[in-house]
Amino acid sequence: MKQTETKDHAGLAEDFIKDEERVNWHDGALWYIREKRDIASKQIPEWEALREAASQIKNNVISNLHDYLLQFEANLTKNGVKVHWANNADEHNAIVYSILKAKGITEMVKSKSMLTEECHLNEYLEERGIGVINSDLGEYIQQLDNEPPSHIVLPCIHKRKEEIGELFHEHLGTEKGLSDPTLLTRVARKHLRNVFLTRRGALTGVNFAVAETGEYVVCTNEGNADMGAHLSEVQIASMGLEKIIPQKKHLSVFLRLLARSATGQPITIYSSHYKKPREGQEMHLILVDAGRTRQLGRTDFRNSLKCIKCGGCMNTCPVYRKSGGLSYHNTISGPIGAILAPNLDMKKHADLPYASTLCGSCSNVCPVKINIHEQLYKWRQVIVKEGYAANTKALGMKAMAWTLASPEKFSTAGKAGRWFLHNIPFVVNNKFNPWYKQREMPEGPKESFAEWYAKNEK
Amino acid sequence: MTTREQILEAVLKNQPESMPLPDIGMFKGGDDDTVRKYIDIFKTIGGAAYLVDDLEVVKSMVAEQFDTTKRIATTLPEMQDIAELIAPAIDPHLYEDVELAIIRGHFSVAENGAVWLTEEVMGQRIIPYICQHLAVVLTAESIVPTLHEAYERIGLGDYGFGGFIGGPSKTADIEQALVLGAHGPLTMTVYIIR
Ligand code: SF4
Repeated sequence: MKQTETKDHAGLAEDFIKDEERVNWHDGALWYIREKRDIASKQIPEWEALREAASQIKNNVISNLHDYLLQFEANLTKNGVKVHWANNADEHNAIVYSILKAKGITEMVKSKSMLTEECHLNEYLEERGIGVINSDLGEYIQQLDNEPPSHIVLPCIHKRKEEIGELFHEHLGTEKGLSDPTLLTRVARKHLRNVFLTRRGALTGVNFAVAETGEYVVCTNEGNADMGAHLSEVQIASMGLEKIIPQKKHLSVFLRLLARSATGQPITIYSSHYKKPREGQEMHLILVDAGRTRQLGRTDFRNSLKCIKCGGCMNTCPVYRKSGGLSYHNTISGPIGAILAPNLDMKKHADLPYASTLCGSCSNVCPVKINIHEQLYKWRQVIVKEGYAANTKALGMKAMAWTLASPEKFSTAGKAGRWFLHNIPFVVNNKFNPWYKQREMPEGPKESFAEWYAKNEK
Repeated sequence: MTTREQILEAVLKNQPESMPLPDIGMFKGGDDDTVRKYIDIFKTIGGAAYLVDDLEVVKSMVAEQFDTTKRIATTLPEMQDIAELIAPAIDPHLYEDVELAIIRGHFSVAENGAVWLTEEVMGQRIIPYICQHLAVVLTAESIVPTLHEAYERIGLGDYGFGGFIGGPSKTADIEQALVLGAHGPLTMTVYIIR
């Protein structure tokens, strides 16, 4: 992996914002997705009630997790799935390795799983002679470039198509200068189809795990999880403990919220319910703690475990949009990453809760109603108290500065009002955002990214 | 202590006092025209849906819309004269070159375009993912308004594998440009029998 860990968020963001054209594109593309989420959510009159229900279901999960885990485990076993438990990344990786080794498997295909990214599973297996290919297109591209994903839903959103064309030229032998997204996707389709057909082992992540039935649901748009799983002899699923939901019918609430919050789609193309191995196949599921029980014990931060990884908080965050996911130097970036990471390593991630203007936009879009910006504020207090706050005050000011920098960029695209809306998306009247206190926010006229892009590209 | 015991003990120690599950019984769809709504939504996600009289019409439409010189696989005995029947127990890799798969859907969901399929109607789990083009046949009265009615219908379910499929596979990973046909089918067609 490329090293991004020597600088803090502010330093890495400074690097990212040097390329002004890229930053403007990145910022606009994510804002466009945020607008699609708004349109999708407004088509559901009961949207707010669904968010409330999802939040309450998840509250029930984290407060009864012990019993749900036992119920889930019992049902998995009944269904013929082998259950494993892992305290940390090393234990998780060792389990995957031993499953593959027992079958003499030396090549594995993997669909999107932030957990295995966090565990550095690929590196672990490669050191032991097992090759892994990430099959989600965005993750595949990131793997070719030896970089971690920069967004949990859109792993290579920070890359331009010409750069991807260059990677394909270098690694897959495509013609130099090829940058058409459809043509590039076709090349990857062909290449990865061969991978799916030849891999005996497949690993997927898990979106929802149903305690009541022992089945787990994996959501993708590309169909890559299914291509890998249904052609494999050994299917492995890795999940964090918090992915449990109590009952089958609760899937209706979560699946209605997930894709609409993520990309504005009514549902992901594939929502696959895996329950039993097919004839002649082995199925394994690994339950991973890796800091989750510790977060569960932190009263102020435990409800970060409600996250369903929709990426909505990233798309709306003015700091994320302008600094890029890699500047967070953590697998999960953006606002949710900034409240999960300090739990894993407070010293290393002390800068992340400061990568925010505390505008509250993240909390407003979160489908499970996590009080993200309040937790960011609370982490700052903890970090100061624990003595990790060397220059964090300056960091907070920097986040504000990028967000508010050079409004003239947008004055070409419309009135100042739109600039405000875009940069301070919600401006909740909250006590956390010092900037808000003295100011009334104007309502901004809306302009879609497509319109903005059309105007500015010319 | 085993890892399992350590984790379970830590969870028990750290989890907060139990909070109740909410009632989700009030969530349901309106009584608008679910068939019309389904067709409209399915089009917006890149699929094609047709309202037809019977399987004979489906057969002639398939002949018009797809290349029937290539391999066609089905689980519908009625389609046998234009397609091979899928064998449930053979190696799934043998379906690598299926051009078109025609299968029955249990039902579909008007609000999001998704069709519910279990391995029983797929023939083999891999079929609706590995084919280049997917065609699903279902009845108009089976369409439900929202996912709430959908899960009511599915119940606990006694399948080994089931899934919603809502359109052709897609990606927008390269500069957010929508491309249909990522790893799964390039197109998806739903024939709704009146
Ligand atoms: S914190 Fe909320 S908005 Fe952010 S990814 Fe998780 S569920 Fe989505």
